[in-house]
Amino acid sequence: MLRYTVKRLGSLLASLVVASLVIFACIEVVPGDPASFMLGINAQPDTVAALREELGLNRAPHERYIAWVGGLMTGDFGTSYTYRSPVSEIVVERLAISLPLAIYALSLTILVAFPVGILAATRRGSLTDISVMATTQLGIAIPNFWFALLMVLIFAVNLRWFSAGGFPGWDEGIPAAIKALTLPAIALALPQASILARVMRSSLLDTLSEDYIRTARAKGLTGRQALRRHALRNALIPVLTIIGLQFSFLLAGAIIIENVFFLPGLGRLVFQAISQRDLIVVESVVMLLVFAVIIVNFLVDLAYAWVDPRLRSRA
Amino acid sequence: MTEDGLFRAALKSRNLVVGHLLAAAFAIGALLSLFWTPYDVTELTIATRLQAPSAVHWFGTDHFGRDILSMIMVGAQTSIAVAIVAVGIGMGIGVPLGLAAAARRGRLLDETIMRGNDLVFAFPSLLIAIMITTVFGPSALNAIIAIGIFNIPVFARLTRGAALPLWTRDYILSARVSGKGPVRISVEHILPNVTNLLIVQGTIQFSLGILAEAALSYVGLGVQPPTPSWGRMLADSQTLIAIAPHMAMFPGFAILLTVLGLNLAGDGLRDLLDPRIRNA
Amino acid sequence: MTLLDIQDLALSIHGTPVLKGVSLDFAPGEVCGVIGESGSGKSLTALSAMQLLPEGSDCSGRITIAGRDVLSMREAELCRMRGADVGMVFQEPMTALNPVQTIGHQVAETILIHEGASNVEAMSRAAETLARCELPQSRFPLDRYPHELSGGQRQRVVIAIAIALGPKLLIADEPTTALDVTTQAEILLLLRRLVDEDGMGLMLISHDLAVVAGLADDVVIMKDGEVVERRTARTLHRDMTHPYTKALFEASGHQPDRTESRIEESLLKVENVSRDYLLPRRTFLGAHPTMRAVDSVRFEVRRGECVGLVGESGCGKSTLTRAILGLEPVQEGRITLDGRDVFTEPDVRRKMQVVFQDPFGSFNPRHRVARLVSEPFHRLSRSATTEEIDEALTSVGLAPKDKHKYIHEFSGGQRQRIAIARALIIRPELIILDEAVSALDVSIRAQILDLLVDLSVTYGLTYLFITHDLTVVRSIADRILVMHAGRIVEQGNTDDVFEAPRDAYTRRLLDAAPKLPA
Repeated sequence: MLRYTVKRLGSLLASLVVASLVIFACIEVVPGDPASFMLGINAQPDTVAALREELGLNRAPHERYIAWVGGLMTGDFGTSYTYRSPVSEIVVERLAISLPLAIYALSLTILVAFPVGILAATRRGSLTDISVMATTQLGIAIPNFWFALLMVLIFAVNLRWFSAGGFPGWDEGIPAAIKALTLPAIALALPQASILARVMRSSLLDTLSEDYIRTARAKGLTGRQALRRHALRNALIPVLTIIGLQFSFLLAGAIIIENVFFLPGLGRLVFQAISQRDLIVVESVVMLLVFAVIIVNFLVDLAYAWVDPRLRSRA
Repeated sequence: MTEDGLFRAALKSRNLVVGHLLAAAFAIGALLSLFWTPYDVTELTIATRLQAPSAVHWFGTDHFGRDILSMIMVGAQTSIAVAIVAVGIGMGIGVPLGLAAAARRGRLLDETIMRGNDLVFAFPSLLIAIMITTVFGPSALNAIIAIGIFNIPVFARLTRGAALPLWTRDYILSARVSGKGPVRISVEHILPNVTNLLIVQGTIQFSLGILAEAALSYVGLGVQPPTPSWGRMLADSQTLIAIAPHMAMFPGFAILLTVLGLNLAGDGLRDLLDPRIRNA
Repeated sequence: MTLLDIQDLALSIHGTPVLKGVSLDFAPGEVCGVIGESGSGKSLTALSAMQLLPEGSDCSGRITIAGRDVLSMREAELCRMRGADVGMVFQEPMTALNPVQTIGHQVAETILIHEGASNVEAMSRAAETLARCELPQSRFPLDRYPHELSGGQRQRVVIAIAIALGPKLLIADEPTTALDVTTQAEILLLLRRLVDEDGMGLMLISHDLAVVAGLADDVVIMKDGEVVERRTARTLHRDMTHPYTKALFEASGHQPDRTESRIEESLLKVENVSRDYLLPRRTFLGAHPTMRAVDSVRFEVRRGECVGLVGESGCGKSTLTRAILGLEPVQEGRITLDGRDVFTEPDVRRKMQVVFQDPFGSFNPRHRVARLVSEPFHRLSRSATTEEIDEALTSVGLAPKDKHKYIHEFSGGQRQRIAIARALIIRPELIILDEAVSALDVSIRAQILDLLVDLSVTYGLTYLFITHDLTVVRSIADRILVMHAGRIVEQGNTDDVFEAPRDAYTRRLLDAAPKLPA
């Protein structure tokens, strides 16, 4: 188990290094140099020179890369050119919305998908199964930002149960904040829950046809007992893979959904930064998101080993 | 099963028929719009703005008085073109990479390709689009590249996964005994046996491409105005949703039905082409 | 008193009848062998007794176990019966155990669900049961996972699960088919001992007459969903009357007519060949440890001979085959065909071809037979003519018109004929038969062996016959090589080796092989 963890940790670090190089290189290839790019065409030469100095662009690329990564590791993400404040402060402020939103949506996804998928698998071919399959088919096809718009139309504009957008801030109390995140979380979770429920169902059906289920039945287990004691844990293996992938989709989706609901999260920040050409912010936020995806996939790998003893002994 | 039998089985599959009909409807709309649309989508007539659906404008008009039906037809062009090219990039690069990785399983080339894949998976297509947009500015081309890049590892992984068990088959060993090399074996023996899988995944990626294009255009990273696109139309509808909900309805349904059609077709194809299910 | 009594059992699956009036019965303490080829319905008879049939099954007739009517039981009663009164052992030990649960848990589960025993008690009884199945705690603690055990050891765990509660009836469906000969002998011995100790009844299902003959009291022969004959095992070979039984008996010990046509000229020479495999590194930068799969092997095959290479799984025979075919490099030694090195002069490889075991995996399902059999022409850098394809197909007993078909249109035996046609088409001198008849039913196997002998005469072929099956090798080989742990431990004329084996491993192998009463 230790060897497995160390090996995964090694590949986690390698991914981080390569990802940071890719992001750094992208910013490097900006047409012209980053300083004049950020200031636009009409900038005075001396302002550009001043910004170059501020960004340290006069140094060699490898020095700047090392300085950037070194900063990231100590929590220094640089200073935003447009906000004139440390990027880390802005990011932390925005994370207070984006992170709870992602977790909220992921919890909804799992809480809905698991029971629905299991129910459909155990009643294969029944009316329940057919309606689950039809509903999830719709759930996958629906663009989540459009679904979000529809929910705004129904629950905010017509029924007035929720506000159409915005975020009161955690200071206004947790219930109010949660309420403001509910519609966005549902919009994010719907397609993912549909996918996950279908994966759960088909994975469970696959395991139910395995030989060891027949062995379990020959022991005298009822169908339900065989499902609970033998099929579920084995069915979880492919499901975990999907959950890992979904987290990255949730993060990306959150960027869009935040725009629908005018939530001041990381997504809004990125789009503002793009329009203001604030490279420092874009670079840091993209790195942060990629970091999150890589970490989650590392956790999924550990979860695999927890579920599957074959991985633990194989180094 | 003979070709004829396959066709008859296809007609019996409800998913397949409904899916293809839906997808075909949009493809025909897109083709038609190349020659004719009910109204000109570039013409702005403020007098008839924000009209609800009627006999004159079946789907109503938008805030510039453009006919929404016409815009959906032209928007279908954008969606389909972006998705086709993106799937093409994904397959064109991903499949050879997957075949190569499987042929050299466990070796350095395989490791490199698979680690590269993992890396691309860490950047969801939206993040790739954000980076490209930051550097080169928003455009339809960048949307295609972003979605296409993200498709590469999907196809590479799928091809490799399907090819690996094939490489252990005796017929591959037989081909090697006959003196055939890895490239020839990949093309002659491996590729034909993974085609079904690629077709099915292709349909699914196609529908995901349409969703991704809509999302990118919605946030302004994709197709730029005045070219109509479904995502863009939804973005325009957002501030007017209380007074002109039809502006949000029709483009949304267009995306939903196209994607639904493609997914149904993909499911139907999988059931049809999967010999395990077919022979059962 | 009868233990299992099946009367007029009829079974249809989705309307297709598969069992037609099967009747059999036997008493506690008895072993009832059920024999049949694939599709005879022997496994479905067993599953009917357990009522673990596939969906869409419809069962009629009468099945009683220890006097209780199985077909009228409700699901809850059946669950109480399974595992407690009846245990079952399956063919494939590699997949019969849950990969994510320890063996202790899986054995203890039988006890837990039937007797509501405490966890600790169930585990300690599981340990006892495993020990009875020769998996002592000292070497196989309860917290082992299935993947840490070999096939034979896993089958012992499956048996432990089945007998944990001392059932009255044990059903074993091809329990040793997936195992090596020596392991098979151990498992059969274990089953016999458990039957004797517990006074259980055992229903032993197999395709192999010899396996059943050595263990069973009574033998039931099944064909196409019917029982065709029922005899006492000891006297079956004298008393059998049904033509199918006789044919089966003949086929199992089938001896093709051979004439020696050996020429004292060496064709294939394997000289001191060793093959190492790299194992995964233990530490991050450490050297790869190696595993020697083939260890200083030397032998030669003379023109016109049939040489049998016998060994159990993992002995290195597949690796050796690949090396001879020039598909995998060797670390030491030299392999020559007709005096030329197969690695440095790949051109010479056109003189040998191969036929594999699996009639299903040997062909690309997307090509037609004509293209399949003409593949070896790649070596000659030209394509096969229609005449050549037709002749190859005719020579193996197929029709020229078969060349337009796809492989799924053929049966297992026919596919193996096509594989032989493919090997034959460029007129090689040596054909390597890699377990070429192992996956076939005995009657088909006999036909293919006859065909091989005919072809060797017609085309002057030399065979290297690689197999784990001693009966087959005895019937066809002039000389045999016995391989164990990467080395050739014994070689000699077939009769000499069988009658007076010199090596200890060879003796063990020969003792373990189930024999037909003669």
